[in-house]
Amino acid sequence: MSGILVIAEHRRGELNPVTLECIAAAAELKTARGGTVAVAVLAQDPDAYLARLGVGGVDELIKVAVPVAEFQSDVYTEAVLALIGSRRPALVLLPHSIDAWGYAPALAVRGGYGFTTDVFGLRYEGDTLVATRAGYREKVHVELDFPGKATVLLTLRGNAFKAAEGSASPAVSVFDAPAASPRSQHLGYREPEAGDGVDITQAEYMLSIGRGIGEEEHVAEFEELAERMGFTLGCSRPIADNGWLPKYRQVGQSGKTVSNCKIYIALGISGSVQHMAGMKHVPNIIAVNKDPEASIFNIARYGVVGDIFEIAGELRNHFT
Amino acid sequence: MKILVPVKQVAVLDEDFELREDGRDVDPDYLNHELNEWDDYSWEVALQLQERHGAAVEVVPVTVGPTQAEEGLRKCLAKGGERGIRVWDAALAGSDPTVIARLLARLAEREGADLVLTGAQAADHAYAQTGVGVAALLGWPHVAVVSALDYTPGAASAKVCRELEGGLQEELAVQMPAVLTIQLGINEPRYASLRGIKQASAKPIEVLSHRELGLSDAQVGEAGSACRVRRMYVPAKGQAELIEGTPAEQARRLAEIINELRGVNG
Repeated sequence: MSGILVIAEHRRGELNPVTLECIAAAAELKTARGGTVAVAVLAQDPDAYLARLGVGGVDELIKVAVPVAEFQSDVYTEAVLALIGSRRPALVLLPHSIDAWGYAPALAVRGGYGFTTDVFGLRYEGDTLVATRAGYREKVHVELDFPGKATVLLTLRGNAFKAAEGSASPAVSVFDAPAASPRSQHLGYREPEAGDGVDITQAEYMLSIGRGIGEEEHVAEFEELAERMGFTLGCSRPIADNGWLPKYRQVGQSGKTVSNCKIYIALGISGSVQHMAGMKHVPNIIAVNKDPEASIFNIARYGVVGDIFEIAGELRNHFT
Repeated sequence: MKILVPVKQVAVLDEDFELREDGRDVDPDYLNHELNEWDDYSWEVALQLQERHGAAVEVVPVTVGPTQAEEGLRKCLAKGGERGIRVWDAALAGSDPTVIARLLARLAEREGADLVLTGAQAADHAYAQTGVGVAALLGWPHVAVVSALDYTPGAASAKVCRELEGGLQEELAVQMPAVLTIQLGINEPRYASLRGIKQASAKPIEVLSHRELGLSDAQVGEAGSACRVRRMYVPAKGQAELIEGTPAEQARRLAEIINELRGVNG
């Protein structure tokens, strides 16, 4: 058992950038421990991704032709199980993405691998691989090891590792995946709802509301405050799920990433990992929350521990 | 048909807490428990399928956990269903999601379930592993992170939507029996009536051990897990500069900061 295998991920022709972060994590372990880094790409046309995967630290690219254009859990599970069985890597890395949620646990129980998900730290202590993830709603960090497991499979959190850079000249090989019977069938994609002229990914100034607003009737006063301040109104998941604001205003993993935001005011948002995935890059985050332990304060530049209604009520006096 | 719905009492930490002496978990004295938010939605999916298709559909909430985990089952039973199942014995302490999946798969086989609905993840540790693990152990198809379901009990397949990143959804057809892991927002979970809460306390909850499910000691607990906790620690906190004072003073300072950052004169 040796070497590290990274499974590349793509959707509709676009490589998931977390793939490059998995490669960088693999390359760093290689520097510390030796061995090789192989990157497998499962696709109808694996050649289409090779150029982007020949980055620093990669020794080999493995083309795995599969008969589906989209992710399909049965096809991916059988192909990756066979590949791991053939290559016997010590470590397999995947992005902690929705696709990985959809087949990594199946790989782990079928293969009997060491396994955990959403890893943001990775190192060897002697011969022991140690993975770090969070627990209890991000309040603690947990270090895990995998006693007795010859192969360990991990999904890595996005933006936790730097992306691989530079270029390499990896060997290219082909792996013939076994035939699989897909028991689910892709019927199509549903595009995100159009934003009625509002595109929060372009907004420079965002005021976002979360569960802390309590009731739908309170949305209007924050809408009015955002308008008064010249900010775009956004929200966290519970507000969109309740239908209090349209889905296109939701910030986060399943919503939008506020790519151009310069100031982000989070009112009554405690800061789930999924929400923070959409805004934690913003340089100026201001959080108001009654819970001093809310994890949003860990990434905010400025914080107010207090009642969002009182603060919002006072804040409106300063903007006309 | 029978729909099995695994639910979990997730742990919520007190504001101040201490770690256990061995440093591998939080001292249980500092943990409170509540029903996992995702499981509220998966139970609602099951109840709606039952309501639409009548008595031919049985819905059964199941959980793996010590006695206090029954609170979660009672919360479900207050909204519907006639019985629950709890799996626990001392050997299950320290079980990771792989072991939980192993227990639930055996339970689904024992019950002759036709559909398993889990939450897409649990709020406390967010592994997002259990449901898909159950499917793989049963040899069933699955769809993870389901945001819409169109299914007539007894039909050979279901139409579902899978929630992807960035607001994109994928529509797909999946063969039955299957495991679906349910995402928040798929429905509006109902509230329990006072009458329902009262009735739930009298509904039977069967308690099973891992051995009664045909699993050996080596297949459960830490021995049967895919990973082991070495240590737990409280991470260094971030650097938010806290603004103190009365709400009026805090708001004045916030307005100054916002205007400075925007390059506007206050």
